[in-house]
Amino acid sequence: MSAQQPIQAAALQQAPVNTPGSEPATGPLLELRSIRKTFGAQPDWLERLGQRLGWLQPAATVQALDGVSLSIARGEVVGLVGESGCGKSTLGRIAVGLHAPSSGQRLWRGTDLDALPEAERRRVGLGIQMIFQDPYASLNPRLRVRDLLAEAPRVHGLIDRPQQADFVAALLRQVGLDPAVADRFPHQFSGGQRARVGIARALAVKPEFLVCDEAVAALDVSIQAQVLNLFMRLREELGLTYLFISHDLGVVRHLSDRVAIMYLGRIVESAPTAEIFSRPAHPYTQGLLAEAPTLKVEKKRFLAIRGELPSPLAPPRGCHFHPRCPHAFERCREEVPMLGEVAPGHVSACHLHAIGVEASSVSEG
Amino acid sequence: MSEANILPTASPAEADVERPLRRLVRMYAESRVALFGLALLLVVILAALFAPWLAPQNPYDLMQLDMLDGRLPPGSASGDGRLTYLLGTDEQGRDMLSAILYGLRISVGVGVVATLMALAIGMALGLAAGYFGGRFDAILMRIADIQLSFPSILVAMILLALFGQGIDKIVIALVAAQWAYYARTTRSAALVEGRKEYIEAARLLGLSTPRILFRHLLPNCLPPLIVVAALQVAAAIALEATLSFLGLGLPVTEPSLGLLIANGFQYLYSGRYWISVFPGVALLLLILAINLVADQLRDVLNPRLQSQ
Ligand SMILES: Nc1ncnc2c1ncn2[C@@H]1O[C@H](COP(=O)(O)OP(=O)(O)O)[C@@H](O)[C@H]1O
Ligand code: SF4
Ligand SMILES: [Mg+2]
Repeated sequence: MSAQQPIQAAALQQAPVNTPGSEPATGPLLELRSIRKTFGAQPDWLERLGQRLGWLQPAATVQALDGVSLSIARGEVVGLVGESGCGKSTLGRIAVGLHAPSSGQRLWRGTDLDALPEAERRRVGLGIQMIFQDPYASLNPRLRVRDLLAEAPRVHGLIDRPQQADFVAALLRQVGLDPAVADRFPHQFSGGQRARVGIARALAVKPEFLVCDEAVAALDVSIQAQVLNLFMRLREELGLTYLFISHDLGVVRHLSDRVAIMYLGRIVESAPTAEIFSRPAHPYTQGLLAEAPTLKVEKKRFLAIRGELPSPLAPPRGCHFHPRCPHAFERCREEVPMLGEVAPGHVSACHLHAIGVEASSVSEG
Repeated sequence: MSEANILPTASPAEADVERPLRRLVRMYAESRVALFGLALLLVVILAALFAPWLAPQNPYDLMQLDMLDGRLPPGSASGDGRLTYLLGTDEQGRDMLSAILYGLRISVGVGVVATLMALAIGMALGLAAGYFGGRFDAILMRIADIQLSFPSILVAMILLALFGQGIDKIVIALVAAQWAYYARTTRSAALVEGRKEYIEAARLLGLSTPRILFRHLLPNCLPPLIVVAALQVAAAIALEATLSFLGLGLPVTEPSLGLLIANGFQYLYSGRYWISVFPGVALLLLILAINLVADQLRDVLNPRLQSQ
């Protein structure tokens, strides 16, 4: 690996942010507790008055997240997978603090982030950065790469003027770009190169935790692999922790230690990566695997998923998956299944587990 | 290192060629008509700026005027034989060329100052409305809607009737009549740009709100604003001319183009066309030049065309 550049080592050494107080050695780095997020809810007094008088329709509300809990250990890579519209980005945006949850808590090394004073939260927040999906919209088209990368570290006093050129060069090298491109504008780069600039910008404030929201989805397949490799290398070099969001199981497979599967605002299964692929427990996960022709699932065949993701404006009662589930029975339409352990470190939310039926056995044929 | 994708080192010259500003200049120069408009505008603006040095006479200095030279046709010599009235004289013996040059100065000055002030106010309000949204946005946009539903001339006339005449009053009236265009344009641009991921990235990087607004959001909202401002300069100049023509604008002692046209109007039918027509032509050329430039700016700054 390219650890031979002294500048890089000096400028980008991962200085662990020392949070005051005791840090439980084994506790999660980031923990999300029963996060709910409703969009289009809270009407203000004027709108409430309008609705009362019948002038305004009550705004439709979208329950984007319905009690999601997720904890991520330091150095862990968690893949978050689900169909488009199931709430992955919303969860990612809440994790980094771009959205406030409607209810639920966000804990960073055990402290409630949203209970911190504003200045403190800003400082801690720097440790949590996001890599965005759109390599075009995520870079300010008016700024040169040099300014894109150096602005925040300068503002926060991490570097000063004389150090800037070296700092930018080291960052660019770290993400596999020639330092000579520092003077360029974003439109002078290809999609893959822009993605690298976006990663460098996040690394500039020395984060510990990166939320990557469909970070490679907009790229050509050949470039995707390169950028995924970059993520793996950075994880090793800098000891980063990732929440890696993708609609594609194949993308997270090689990168993740653990995979969480989301369906319509809820996490329905979570397990170590190998386990998800070899012994998926939830009918939805099994369906996802059946749909991914590139992934070989050993000796088992599952039914592909029928139909469309229901509208989050009117989610089904009980198990959100029941209208599409090949195994749905009475109870599924009434009662929300809770996440329960099906194997060590492997949780799944399905009523079949409670009655001792293995979903896959039903699906032969 | 399979993922390493180091760019071949770009020569500095190559990186320079693509600089956005240069690209805009190149795209602007693609239209002959637009270049003509720009040249015309430069001539008019230079003439206005250097009026005191270019004009044969100071048309505001009554001591220099000779009533006996009144209403002379273009090309006549003055009574004392010291100068030729190239564009004729008005009823007070004022050299029309000088009056037009000084009038241009007032028209351009009033138009530009009013536009810049309206731009600054409208831009700040629109930027805040688009970025923060909420109640402030709703109220501001209702006010702008109401204001824009009245013709600007009416708004300006009401204000002038309230405040009285004077160059400062007319600037205030023009600003009041036009800020809403800028507020609206900025707001809609800020709504679009503010949703883009680079703004979210800036927030995550802990940058302050003023910094995000003015360094990240505003520069990306500028292209449509520049176009609107360019067109509104022309509108402001025309509005000022109209108000002056109606006798609501500037005092008679310092005539702008609109007042010159109005003064000559009564002589049109007696064949003394020059008193009214030449200031009219000057106003027309000024507004034409601004519109030609603004039209091309709109094409050049169009983001859809820009990405090519
Ligand atoms: N800012 C928003 N306002 C209103 N609805 C939103 C907003 N963001 C997301 N949603 C809705 O929340 C649901 C989840 O969206 P999202 O988190 O983007 O899903 P994903 O990233 O999995 O595709 C969708 O139904 C989407 O329409
Ligand atoms: S709870 Fe019922 S509907 Fe939901 S996944 Fe399990 S079997 Fe299917
Ligand atoms: Mg998404």
